[in-house]
Amino acid sequence: MLKAKRASMYLFLSLAAFVSIFPFFWMIVSATNQSVDVTQGRLIPGSHLLDNLRNLTSSVDIWNAMGNSAKISITTTILAMLIASLAGYGFEIYRSKAKDIVFSILLLSMMIPFAALMVPLYRMFGKITNFFPTFGIDTPAAVVIPTFTTAFLIFFFRQSTKMFPRELLEAGRMDGLSELGLFFRIYLPTMKTTYAAAAIITFMSSWNNYMWPLVILQSPENQTIPLLISNLGSGYAPDYGMIMMAIVISTVPTALVFFLMQKHFVAGMVGSVK
Amino acid sequence: MKTANTAAGSGKNSNTFQSSRSRRFKSGLVGWLFVAAAVILIAAFYFYPMIQALILSFQTGTGINMKFNGLGNYQRLFTDKIFLTAVTNTFIYLLFQVPLMIILAMFFSVLLNDRNLKFKGFFRTAIFLPAITSLVAYSIVFKYLFAPDGLVNAMLMNIHIINAPIQWISDPFWAKVTIIIAITWRWTGYNMIFYLSGLQNIDQSIYEAARIDGASAVRQFFSITIPLLKPIILFTSITSTIGTLQLFDEVMNITKGGPGNATTTISQYIYNLSFKYSADFGYAATVSYSIVIMIIILSFIQFKVAGDRNA
Repeated sequence: MLKAKRASMYLFLSLAAFVSIFPFFWMIVSATNQSVDVTQGRLIPGSHLLDNLRNLTSSVDIWNAMGNSAKISITTTILAMLIASLAGYGFEIYRSKAKDIVFSILLLSMMIPFAALMVPLYRMFGKITNFFPTFGIDTPAAVVIPTFTTAFLIFFFRQSTKMFPRELLEAGRMDGLSELGLFFRIYLPTMKTTYAAAAIITFMSSWNNYMWPLVILQSPENQTIPLLISNLGSGYAPDYGMIMMAIVISTVPTALVFFLMQKHFVAGMVGSVK
Repeated sequence: MKTANTAAGSGKNSNTFQSSRSRRFKSGLVGWLFVAAAVILIAAFYFYPMIQALILSFQTGTGINMKFNGLGNYQRLFTDKIFLTAVTNTFIYLLFQVPLMIILAMFFSVLLNDRNLKFKGFFRTAIFLPAITSLVAYSIVFKYLFAPDGLVNAMLMNIHIINAPIQWISDPFWAKVTIIIAITWRWTGYNMIFYLSGLQNIDQSIYEAARIDGASAVRQFFSITIPLLKPIILFTSITSTIGTLQLFDEVMNITKGGPGNATTTISQYIYNLSFKYSADFGYAATVSYSIVIMIIILSFIQFKVAGDRNA
């Protein structure tokens, strides 16, 4: 009886693991095969990896798109860390009734779906284009500016700040640090793991962001990686090997971040609920 | 809880001749400076646009030629077949996908929480792995896997579950099933992590006590595990509900909303109204407000069903 239970447990988990991993396996194997083999369901690695890469780089500028995505995601992450941690720290350390009210109002923004913001933001950036073209429509700046501050991240930093030992601040004040000095010299180095977790979540979501770049970026040279993949995938006669190659390339940065920082990643996700 | 005043007031500038009132004012001001940038940015890019959208939702026209339309846009919602289809589709996804995913996530987390389980790390990482893919990338992979001559049909036919290929993408019913399978694949492992951390916080002695009292495993699950996981169930169901109400990337890239409008969602309809058809920003804003209202109502219901906020 107990043995059967054990066996069915392993069976369920193995099945789940198989279903979860299989698309990755298929995508990687397909990136090494010719399109025709992919359609025939070939599941063993082939010898067309370099052909697929050559076809890909000659038909679309994937490195440019990777560069755009990297620029946007890294800028977003740095700005988000700075602004959200300052705010999370401010709301918790300099707590007051008025600030608590403002904080709860900020949290309401988490309920606003991006689709609802898309149209007014697009119009707003349309107007900005007339005065500051470098921040207007079809610029990487326009992707970053409205997306990097999220109430979620402020909430996340505030929750983590609750664990921060305030005695350190008192000690810093004794040493003559300014209020901003306390933040940069004491709080920031102490909270490294919180920053790591927050940076991972922000980088991932920025790298994968699709809707807003789709709306605001128009010229091909400004395309981010999700836009490029989406375009490749919507063609009528798809070259499967080549598209899978593009998908594999686009997944490498997030996969690396995940595997190198797995611990922080999970801590970051879970930290927000506690 | 220490107040801001005592925390900041004992700084090096707390000269005795400085009145306590001005010090309090100063520390209050410092606090506001810390939060100012974030408050301004959220106000500018969330609340201000929502006010703009509210004004737009009463207007009609294209581009800059907008004119006041009263409640016309809101009336149009109730007779707009595409909108009603999009709402129905979104609710079908919500009703089937969210419970399915939450039950699976909970089930896997309970299995993984077993102390004697081998290869725990492997199983956990494997089931979580889909969460690292971009929505667009996995959507394209699923679109090809579920193509009429794709691998899923080939496999099912090989093991004789079906005789003819299923039209996963082009049949109105199966297209919805495909979307539900795809989202479940992408998000089950992600949600599972929350349940795992919740389970790890449950004191094992509670289970031991229950076992001594003769409670069966099923009884333990329903009387101990579920009640203690309630905050996590609430959290995951609210975030998943909000996520599903905003569903966009998957339908855009797997089915494009088709066949017909069989898989289209409210977000996709807003996008189409604004950027694909004739830039009907006013009506698009009206449709946007319908999702906002749905999110508020559903989150409220979930809080109520789950009992008090701090459960």
